[in-house]
Amino acid sequence: MTEQLTVPEARAGQEPPPLVEIEDLHVTFTRRQAFRPPRRVRAVDGVSLTIGRGRTLGLVGESGSGKSTAGRALLNLVPIESGRVVVDGEDMAAMRGRRLRSFRRRMQMIFQDPYSSLDPSATVAASIAEPLRVHEGLSEKRAWSRVLELLEVVGLQASHATRYPYEFSGGQRQRIAIARALTLNPDLIVCDEAVSALDVSTQNQVINLLEDLREERGLSYLFIAHDLAVVRHIAHDVAVMYLGHVVETGPVERLYEHPEHPYTRALLSAIPEPDPDRDRRDRIVLRGDLPDPADPPTGCPFQTRCPEVMDICRTEMPAMRPVTTGGQVACHLYQPGAPAPLSIVTSADAPTTEQGAR
Amino acid sequence: MPAETRHPGDAVAGPASTTTGTAAAERALLSVEDLRVDFATDHGWANVVNGVSFDVGEHEVLGLVGESGSGKTVTGLSVLRLVPQPPGRTSGGHIWFDGEDLVAADESRMRTVRGNEISMVFQEPMTSLNPAFTVGDQISEAYRLHRGVSRREGMRRAVEMLDLVGIPRAQARVREYPHEFSGGMRQRAMIAMALCCEPRLLIADEPTTALDVTVQAQILELLLSMKAELGMSIIFVTHDLGVVAEVCDRVVVMYAGEVVESAPVSPLFRDPRHPYTAGLMSAMPQLGSREGRLATIPGRTPEPWAMPEGCRFGPRCRFHQDACDEVGLPLVPVGDGRSSRCRRTDELELGGDR
Repeated sequence: MTEQLTVPEARAGQEPPPLVEIEDLHVTFTRRQAFRPPRRVRAVDGVSLTIGRGRTLGLVGESGSGKSTAGRALLNLVPIESGRVVVDGEDMAAMRGRRLRSFRRRMQMIFQDPYSSLDPSATVAASIAEPLRVHEGLSEKRAWSRVLELLEVVGLQASHATRYPYEFSGGQRQRIAIARALTLNPDLIVCDEAVSALDVSTQNQVINLLEDLREERGLSYLFIAHDLAVVRHIAHDVAVMYLGHVVETGPVERLYEHPEHPYTRALLSAIPEPDPDRDRRDRIVLRGDLPDPADPPTGCPFQTRCPEVMDICRTEMPAMRPVTTGGQVACHLYQPGAPAPLSIVTSADAPTTEQGAR
Repeated sequence: MPAETRHPGDAVAGPASTTTGTAAAERALLSVEDLRVDFATDHGWANVVNGVSFDVGEHEVLGLVGESGSGKTVTGLSVLRLVPQPPGRTSGGHIWFDGEDLVAADESRMRTVRGNEISMVFQEPMTSLNPAFTVGDQISEAYRLHRGVSRREGMRRAVEMLDLVGIPRAQARVREYPHEFSGGMRQRAMIAMALCCEPRLLIADEPTTALDVTVQAQILELLLSMKAELGMSIIFVTHDLGVVAEVCDRVVVMYAGEVVESAPVSPLFRDPRHPYTAGLMSAMPQLGSREGRLATIPGRTPEPWAMPEGCRFGPRCRFHQDACDEVGLPLVPVGDGRSSRCRRTDELELGGDR
């Protein structure tokens, strides 16, 4: 990642502290069932993540991997079992009540489905002004000028303020959701599949808007998505989750060009390539489904589907180890300094298939 | 994906594009001709499918591509006459299936076609499966109905089909309910259900859109191997050009209810002949790097009751000229079995994916 940070305090030789540091986060859901012992699901099982100021962390994984739960835990929206969520030097996981509420304004969330995340009976202005009413006690009337300003920022018009959500297209609704998230000038926005429901062209418009906002306002994003091609565009760093664990992290270029974890390689090779003449025999198609999170496998969480599973993987959980070229990986196969084995070269680095692909 | 399951030579030229048609079948299995579908809205009759024509050859996989509101799903539903009437109506055109016009067929004939000769797989398996019946019941329903076999024989067939689509322990799992299946397995069960009577044509409407990429790869592989095994044709309705490149032989690109371009898959990606196709391609996030902004098509699809007079893509097209606003723009053949609905198709250098 050679990209320049847009953070003012990022001076040469002096790394600013990251905005968010999540350490060993655990979230467990318990479902009580009649006549049976309660089912305990470790949705997030020992996750550590770092988000720098003005940077975007992409969080990818299949559904059921715990990526959305991790995002919600960051905002303390689900009960945190253990672990630390340090935001700007303060541990949010320990906060409760009023203190938590006032701290929460620094972090906002945008959801996947703008059809259900906006109140259908509230005008656009009311939705955007609501955070101001809650946190600053402003009346809707007094918040009006702020609402108009925000609408302009996200590319909508002042005349839209008095309309209702049903009058808008999906892309416009997502712009309204972004305006609402910006109302309190947050430091961080968690985007949970924020563009997944949109058509490709609209999706790109929203991503470009998010990028502009990040640069203008020094925002940080936790960008949760299952679409790896989109994450490649927007993220500086990427974390890959599988069954509640982070299995690999790293700068976006390193992770996409030289994935070290077999699961990352499989995910990347499953991206449909818009090249009909490409030879697809090099594709890694994972067999089976994600194991039941209530009954995870022993050892490495990926061992039941890993094409390169070894004996040690079945008994011993691999620790996160630093990757020489950036980031970390949790895999027994990883040898520091050694390039990825040739036999499992993925589409992302197979030289024969790449013409205009990047 | 095994290379042998693809049949690029199967690209069939139908009446709309008679320039090729060399080794391929002479008559298309399905021929949609000048189809028009309208919906009743508060603004009067809105035309959502306007003069759509395309052919699907034997063993061919045809991609029907477009954004939401392009009319691709309504076109797919129309083939099986599944568009609810009212509010919809088919106001013109023919759907020739093996020489028979399905638009004119009566309802009892359609019931013997649906799920038997032509079946369909939908996007969201959870809403298309009945939660109150076992998976086995639902898979065997069409088989019992169309083949008149017993429950026992139907169940035997359901086990066979579940096994075929790669669900382990099929014997036990036919007795399970949809909620006990994962998303990928539900879609496999939907495919088993659709293929139970060995249809000649499968309409797959965004069958992988709700799935994870890893599961999507599994399902695409399954569909192609099923096609090779059962020798059917597939209409693949999708918005994802990446998926199109993976599975389709021919592509029909739709915009605002009209076909704007039709071509075999490789030439389409190499050299799109309509600005909309080129725009969709450049907007794919797989192409291009992180540097720079993502390409977009300005504006959005027009509402069906407010279609532009001339070229429907005109207001969003960066090659737009005054002549584009004249009415009556036809889909014209541009050689090599391709066609494009663009006045400037011959002069434009649109560039493809490389």
